[in-house]
This record gives sequence, C-alpha cells and structure tokens, in this order.
Amino acid sequence: MIEVEGLTKRFGNKRAVDDVSFTVARGEVLGFLGPNGAGKSTTMRVITGFLPPTEGRVRVGGHDVVESPIPARRLIGYLPENAPAYTDMTVLGFLNFAAEIRGLRRQAKTSAIERAVGLCFLEPVLHQSVETLSKGYRHRTCFAQAIIHDPLVLVLDEPTDGLDPNQKHEVRNLISRMGRSKAIIFSTHILEEVDAVCTRAIIIDRGKIVANGTPAELRRKSPAAGAVTLRVKGAANVVSAGLSEIPLVARVTVLEQSGESVTVRAFPRPGAVDGQLAGAIGALARRWQIEQLQTEEGRLDEVFRGLTMSDTAGGGNVQ
Amino acid sequence: MNALANIKTIAKRELNAYFSSPLAYVFIVIFLLLCGFFTFMVGSRMGAFFAHGQASLDTFFIWQPWFYLFLVPAVGMRLWAEERRVGTLELLLTMPVTSWQAIAGKFIASWVFLGLALLLTFPLVITVNYLGSPDNGVILCGYAGSWLMAGAYLAVSCITSAMTRAQVVSFIISLVLCLFLLLAGFSPVINFLSSWASPGFVNAVASCSVITHFLNFQKGILDARDVIFFLSLIVFSLFTTAVILRGHRK
Ligand SMILES: Nc1ncnc2c1ncn2[C@@H]1O[C@H](COP(=O)(O)OP(=O)(O)O)[C@@H](O)[C@H]1O
Ligand SMILES: [Mg+2]
Repeated sequence: MIEVEGLTKRFGNKRAVDDVSFTVARGEVLGFLGPNGAGKSTTMRVITGFLPPTEGRVRVGGHDVVESPIPARRLIGYLPENAPAYTDMTVLGFLNFAAEIRGLRRQAKTSAIERAVGLCFLEPVLHQSVETLSKGYRHRTCFAQAIIHDPLVLVLDEPTDGLDPNQKHEVRNLISRMGRSKAIIFSTHILEEVDAVCTRAIIIDRGKIVANGTPAELRRKSPAAGAVTLRVKGAANVVSAGLSEIPLVARVTVLEQSGESVTVRAFPRPGAVDGQLAGAIGALARRWQIEQLQTEEGRLDEVFRGLTMSDTAGGGNVQ
Repeated sequence: MNALANIKTIAKRELNAYFSSPLAYVFIVIFLLLCGFFTFMVGSRMGAFFAHGQASLDTFFIWQPWFYLFLVPAVGMRLWAEERRVGTLELLLTMPVTSWQAIAGKFIASWVFLGLALLLTFPLVITVNYLGSPDNGVILCGYAGSWLMAGAYLAVSCITSAMTRAQVVSFIISLVLCLFLLLAGFSPVINFLSSWASPGFVNAVASCSVITHFLNFQKGILDARDVIFFLSLIVFSLFTTAVILRGHRK
C-alpha cells in the first residue's frame, strides 16, 4: 500500500532524509525507529503529501503522492507529531469536521463518528472544548480524526508520545488490532512498542535506513544474540576454562560472581546454529551444577544503540 | 461538486470558529459603535448628516475605508497564522482538499463574517428612511462597494497571515499594506503628488487605490471596472497566499 522509492528530502544543504526505500503491505505494522532528528517525521510528511520530496517517489495505494495527491490522501489517515487539533472546537465538532472533509454525510457520518469515539474512548469529553482537554484526550481526539474514515493506510507520528502507561497500552492494542486489515506505519523511540505491535521495524539514523527486518531479525544483530548465559556453582576461573574447551565457544566473559555461584556468558563462533551451543554446554551439566542456562535472543536497545550511537557524538540535531 | 463541498465544509468550520471566540462579538460591537458614531456625531459636526437637508448615508460610507483599515486585518490575522502556530495546518493540508479549496473556504468564511457585520448596520438605513426619502438604490450600491472593499482588505490580510505564525505581526503588516491601498487615492496625497508628478502618473497611482474605486459605489454608480478592480485584487492576493503557503512546505 505504501511504496517509498529512493526518497531524499533536503532542507537547504541538510539531508533530513537520504535515499530511503521501503514498502508497507496491507496487514503490516511497520515501526519506524530512530533517535530524535533522524528524519522520521520528515519521511511521514512526504508520505502524507505535506512536504514534496526533493528526489524519489512515494506511492500510496498506487497513487503518486505528488502527481495525484487527492486520491492518495483519501486512503490515508494521519496523526501528525504532537497531535494538533482545532482548539476552538468541541471534540464532537472537530470529528464532525473531519468526517465531512472526508466526504461522509448523514448516517455514514454519524456512524463513523460513533465508531471512532468508541475506539478512542472519547465519550466523556465529547462536548468539551479541545482547548481544555488533557494531553491524553487531545491525542486520542487527533487519533480519532485519523481513523474516522476507516482508512486503508495509517501514518502515525509518535502515537503514544506523552500518554500515561495505561493509555499507551490502549493505543498499542488499537494499533495491533487495526494492523490486521490496514497498512500502518508508526514512528516511536520506545523500543518495547516494537515488540508489542510491529510486524516489521526500520531503524533510521541521520536520514538513512540502517536496519530493516522483523523484531526478531533485528534482535539477532545484537552483539549478545546467540550467546549463552549460565549460572553455575563454582569458581569463575574454573568455569571459564571449562567453557573455553568447548570447540563452539569463541569467547567467555564473567558477568557476576556472587557467593558460591558465578554467572558467565559464552559467545559462539560464527556459523554456530541456534541452540547448538546451549546443547553443548548443557552436556556439562553432569559435571557442573548449573542453576540457570539461557540462550540470549539479543536486545533491541543494544541493536538500536549500536546502530545509532554515532548520532549522539555528532550532535547538532534540532528536533 | 466535490470542490464546492470541501470549500463549504472548511468555510463552515471557520465561521463557527469566529463565533466561538469573543473576538467576533467584540469586533461587531466596535464596528457598529464606530459606524454609528461617525455617521451621526462626526458627521453632524461637519454639518453633513442632520444639516444636510437631504437624507443619505454619505457620511456612513466616507469613513468606512478607514475603519476597515483596523478592523479587517484584525479579522484576517488569525486565518493562517493560527493554523501554523497550533500545527493544524499540517492536518488541514494533508486532508483530501487542494490548497486552493482551503484558501477559498477560509477567505469566504471571513468575508461572510464581515458581510454579517455590515448587514447589522441596517438600523442606519431605517433611520435615514424615517428622516427623509433617500435614494435606496445608491445606499444598496454603497453597501455592495463596501463589502467588496472589505474583501480586498481581507485578501491582503490573508497574505500577511500566511507569512507568519504571529497574529500581531500579520495585523501590523497588513495594516501598512492596506494603508498604501488607501492613501494612494486620498485627496491630500493626490494633491501633493500632482504638485510635482505628471497627471498620468498621479492617475495611475490613484487608480490603484480602494478609495478611488469605492467612490463610484458611494455615488450609486455601478461600474464594471470598479467591480473588476476589487475582484482582481482579491484573486491576486489569494494567489499570493497560495504561493506563500507552498513556500513554507518546500
Ligand atoms: N522545515 C524544516 N526546515 C529545516 N530543517 C528541518 C525541517 N524539518 C525538519 N528539519 C530537520 O530535519 C531533520 C529531521 O527531522 P525530523 O524528521 O523531524 O526528525 P525525527 O522526527 O526523526 O525526530 C532534523 O535535523 C531537523 O532539524
Ligand atoms: Mg519527529
């Protein structure tokens, strides 16, 4: 539904987005990860037709967003960053406007508003002015506007930003539920959201895509991925030496020594198959008293930091 | 058809926005007070209204280009500046509407609002009809000219509102621009210009002024050229607004 091809967006000399390509199909929820200033919002603004691309092209449902913007926009529901909404309207008035501008009238309009209000839990504030809403409600009001026409494509810029943990949970549930029938792209810098809702994630750093895959695939890029961590009764040096004798083990590090037990991590040689190392170590169980043994899946935050670390050093990001 | 529906939806929202803020009521009250005051009080001192011996609304229309100078920029200043400040511009321009529809919808809403304020001066018409027997055709023509002139000022305010996030800045710049449109045809300025410039030049300057074109309406002369002047000023300004809005999104 969303096809981004070689998208570059320059502001003056600065490349906010640099040769980015990806697609999002129906039924997919794509998480767009990246540090602040990476170019997430800019990419979304190009997809929704707010900003023209400098180079490359974007198609939504087959419509080029530059050449036929209106048919493309009809398919999209958009929640911009910071969830703007007309402060001089009531929530109901605002949703009414959003529905009418999407061409909904009479019965279709009423039921669309009812549906969106229900999904976003807006009943208590329906007649309240947007200006006086709490941040969570304002966010959900803008979210309701984005889904009012039940769009095939949803573009959500930091949809859980500024919400409390319960609200975050609700919004994530909403996204995963809707993800089954729509193409959704949402940006975040909260990594646990990726596991909670994404079918795929892209990590973007300084305008460039640095990783693209399922959450599991991304985790495997973590330095600790595939390593085996175990807690054993015994002295650190004895355990390390014992593990190093296993041919599959490339390297052993001691993580913690507490009382009688020691926690160590063994890293596999390249090419080792998942589970092979754990099996080999498990075989030692007869000699050692192993209290705990687990294969590390890798951690997204480590991957994220590894891929985008350079950014903090470079500094100079405004937003 | 779709375009008209979009314009209507946007205009309706904008008009509601006016009436949901106290600004609209303050504006109307000030406008009516100014109209009443200048028509009866200032007018009478100049011996125009009561002493005129003939019933007309001349004094009412004479002052309007000057009230509008302050009031119309105040009505137009929020149109785009507020959308940009709050961030709703991004919402509006990513909805399935063209920027032309958005510009037209917003302009029409504020123009209708100014028209409503103008209609509320109808007690003046009743008063002159009570005092004497004015030429109501001339009065109607004056009202039409006045509304067109307000539209021209308003379109200029659209430009300045699109230029900035700060409403005050928009207000000041559009006041200055409208002042130029006004002074170009103001008789002291014309007299000053004619003392050194060629008559052709003076006429060219004066023909750019809203006053020059409004004058015919006041006299009850409905000239297509005057109507075209105001309409083309409006279209040109709205076009400039579109260019500026596009420039922000580069
Ligand atoms: N309108 C603009 N003019 C100039 N630079 C901009 C503009 N919008 C964004 N940028 C710059 O582009 C880069 C990417 O910004 P953005 O897409 O907002 O990042 P993110 O959403 O990932 O935090 C930032 O360095 C930002 O300063
Ligand atoms: Mg952003």
